[in-house]
Amino acid sequence: MTLTIVLACAAALLALAPIAVMIGRSPAATPFVYGASVIVTAVSLAAASAHLLSAAAPLGVTLPVGLPWLGAHLRLDALSAFFLVVVDLGAFAASVFALGYGAHETAPTRVLPFYPAFLAGMTLVVLADDAFTFLVSWEFMSLSSWALVMSHHRVPDNVRAGYIYLLMASFGTLALLLGFGLLAGPGGLYTFEQMRAAHPSAMLGALVLILALIGAGSKAGIVPLHVWLPLAHPAAPSHVSALMSGVMTKVAVYGFVRIVFDLVGHPAWWWSILVLALAGITTVMGVLYALMQHDLKRLLAYHTVENIGIIFIGLGLALAFAAHGLNFAAALAFTAALLHVFNHSLFKSLLFFGAGAVLTATGERDMEHLGGLIHRMPRTAFVFLIGCAAISALPPLNGFVSEWLTFQAVLLSPQLPSWGLKLMVPAVGALLALSAALAAACFVKAYGVTFLGRPRTPAAAAATETDPFSLAAMFLLAALCLLVGILPGLFINALAPVSAMLVGGHMPEQTGAQWLALVPIAESRSSYDGLLVFLFMVLSGTLAAVAIHRLASDRLRRAPAWDCGYPDASPATQYTATSFAQPIRRVFGSVVFAAREHGEMPPPGDVRPARLVVDIHDLIWDALYAPLASGIGIAADRLNRLQFLTIRQFLTLVFCTLVILLLVLAIWS
Amino acid sequence: MIADLAVQGAQMLLVLLLAPLLTGFVRKVKARLLRRQGPPLIQPYRDLARLMRKEVVLADSASWLFRVIPYLIFATTWVAASLVPTFGTGLLFSWSADLIAIIALLGSARFFLALAGLDVGTSFGGIGSSREVMIASLAEPAMIMIVFTAALIAGSTQLSTMAEFMASPAVGLRVSLALALIALIMVAIAENGRIPVDNPATHLELTMVHEAMVLEYSGRHLALIELTAALKLILYVSIIACLFAPWGLAAAGAGLPALAVGIATYIGKLAVGGFLLALFETSIAKMRVFRVPEFLGAALMLGLLATLLRFVSGSF
Repeated sequence: MTLTIVLACAAALLALAPIAVMIGRSPAATPFVYGASVIVTAVSLAAASAHLLSAAAPLGVTLPVGLPWLGAHLRLDALSAFFLVVVDLGAFAASVFALGYGAHETAPTRVLPFYPAFLAGMTLVVLADDAFTFLVSWEFMSLSSWALVMSHHRVPDNVRAGYIYLLMASFGTLALLLGFGLLAGPGGLYTFEQMRAAHPSAMLGALVLILALIGAGSKAGIVPLHVWLPLAHPAAPSHVSALMSGVMTKVAVYGFVRIVFDLVGHPAWWWSILVLALAGITTVMGVLYALMQHDLKRLLAYHTVENIGIIFIGLGLALAFAAHGLNFAAALAFTAALLHVFNHSLFKSLLFFGAGAVLTATGERDMEHLGGLIHRMPRTAFVFLIGCAAISALPPLNGFVSEWLTFQAVLLSPQLPSWGLKLMVPAVGALLALSAALAAACFVKAYGVTFLGRPRTPAAAAATETDPFSLAAMFLLAALCLLVGILPGLFINALAPVSAMLVGGHMPEQTGAQWLALVPIAESRSSYDGLLVFLFMVLSGTLAAVAIHRLASDRLRRAPAWDCGYPDASPATQYTATSFAQPIRRVFGSVVFAAREHGEMPPPGDVRPARLVVDIHDLIWDALYAPLASGIGIAADRLNRLQFLTIRQFLTLVFCTLVILLLVLAIWS
Repeated sequence: MIADLAVQGAQMLLVLLLAPLLTGFVRKVKARLLRRQGPPLIQPYRDLARLMRKEVVLADSASWLFRVIPYLIFATTWVAASLVPTFGTGLLFSWSADLIAIIALLGSARFFLALAGLDVGTSFGGIGSSREVMIASLAEPAMIMIVFTAALIAGSTQLSTMAEFMASPAVGLRVSLALALIALIMVAIAENGRIPVDNPATHLELTMVHEAMVLEYSGRHLALIELTAALKLILYVSIIACLFAPWGLAAAGAGLPALAVGIATYIGKLAVGGFLLALFETSIAKMRVFRVPEFLGAALMLGLLATLLRFVSGSF
């Protein structure tokens, strides 16, 4: 029944796409398409949450579409249900937001048809139960999101973003295709059920793990496969950016979890070293990249890379524990990763919505042209602040809970017997701690430069508060961020069936402790109570406010800023995003980005202003992608000659190829 | 239950009341070491009272957030400080936040204070905030590594359990603990903006960090921020005392005499800590701001080394 409802919702979304094509030009199209998406995703969300919360048995169905001898296998188990909740919740919020935001869209016909198709694609990926359906849905999701990235195709940067996205998506799918091929074996066992039963060897499993890391990791944004993400995510309209960053990367995580934890079967301990190393690098690189940005949406996109790293740290630890049969610790790490999946989908969507609201209000994405928006957009500023605090892992909000659980999992890892992991895990823990602190710096910068201070341009000074639909979507997500932060036990309990299914254990029931505290192992070992911390903070803050206003002076006078006696009237003297990041750029950037600063002093007599120039290099792009692109370019130039052969030369070429292939066949057998 | 609640309440009041005294004591000792008379011990209380009475002069461009942040950071820091065992381990609510959460609470306070530095839109506020987050970006991971080391030794991240374990003979002398102690002192110096990282006594110097951030605050807001800074100092001294000198701590459910002993030893520890801090501050020069990363990088490496030692072998 649940599966039928969910599938009907996916079908409704698919049907919405051609309808949107037909009515796209009418002014009613935008509210119709987004309104319908709101209803459909709400129904699907309810069905998926009911399935997850009731810990119901998996439901499966085979539809007579797709390959004639295979059909389309679809299945709703605990893992799919959890990721379906993530997808539907994100899609629901994005659709509500788009009811207001979509009205400002300049080319609705380029967005409306692909939006429901994109949602349907993501839903089908998490439901797919055979390799063919999975890959088709995966490609469908990639292509529809590519179309959304290209919706403002006259912006030159977007064209480049779309091109790189398309290349990386195809490459990723190729890796997944090969991975499924290895799992299916020579017998062509394409359904997941047959793959699960096959139990590949450790070497073959490792190969599949690497292919899954490339395939799903490139979609999720694992360094060094992240290059497309900060280009493509900001290029799309903001509600789609939120979906791509907050939700589609999670579908990629789903792909990884499904293949590695579910299909491959029992892991070998050394697999986790690769995952942990990549995850640790991803975490720190992602946040450092984000710190160097001054485009608000690009900063958010880079920061997604960091959070994906945190999720993969959890998954890597879970792999390590599971390989050594430490099911309880594996469950803790796995739950931490899943909770971070959920949390990140909440606050990253919220932040992208906020960036979208700022974009509509000012027409600017560049933080250097913003400032002082807290006065003009107080509600957006308030929810954006909650999002920033949540993503910076500050208690009592939700980001802290999942990071805290990840730290607890790191603290369990001395139990691991293997030496490689003993050395690896503390280093990864240090990287995680480093990235948490840098994330806070990054969001002080993002919030402080965008919303605080004085407006840097007339556009920022004339901004107005965004529409009620957008605000409703943002307030909903902000409330959820607080709710997960103060009552994490309820959400962790809901994850128990997922971790029981995949790592063979789950965290103890979390609602038993006093004041709904979170107790992963035992109270004497570690516990955290978001509710109580929140209450204490409210209580002591109120106490201080009341005491001071009763007992002390409550007079207040407005005056010009003091600024050590040298206030400058021009808002250009404020710290900018680039200058805020300068100390961190000096400390970390000189190594990671080969960042250099040099002054450009015009010669005497020249009236140009002196400038401070900052050179930043994306070393990953320079070292990996630029040589690759130029290599392909050179090869293409050489091969280009083959187009201009005479007919005799062509025939010789075909003949030689045939002979060589026959020789290979003869030698092979 | 009532007794536990009383202990918890006493703890909250004790840190709040003692915090300005510790700051005053450090100032006094520093002055005496420099052969100055120095302000009286209770000068910080007088300062607070005077600031409370004054009107607030708020910059024209300040937002509501600027006015909320002093209360917010005070509340966060006070909650964090009241969960650190000072004179007894039987704190009623100590389980509601372990040491990682306490560090994160301090991180919250710093996050909002750095935002306050940017709110008015002056260059001084910006310089303070950007340097503060740079310092934090190294101090916080170093602190987490120290927590890891201590937690792996004690088998817990709960401060009360850790203190009980550290007081027991099971702990012994360990290399990793020594490394962690050095790193913790370095972090505590940086976090509290003491010399050589920052100078709490300057107001017009380009190398200042904390004072630059709060430059636009006045009146009751400034009083709260000063009180918060004092609370943070006492919090770090308490953490060091609780982990590395857990003697005299009253056990959970102990009677009044044990509590009295606990309070007396706690005040003694504060005096020793404050004296050592003053001694250290007078014997060292402030370093350039871009030398700070090296200082804190060393703390981070020490912390990481200590954690690695714990991972490699249980006996270090």
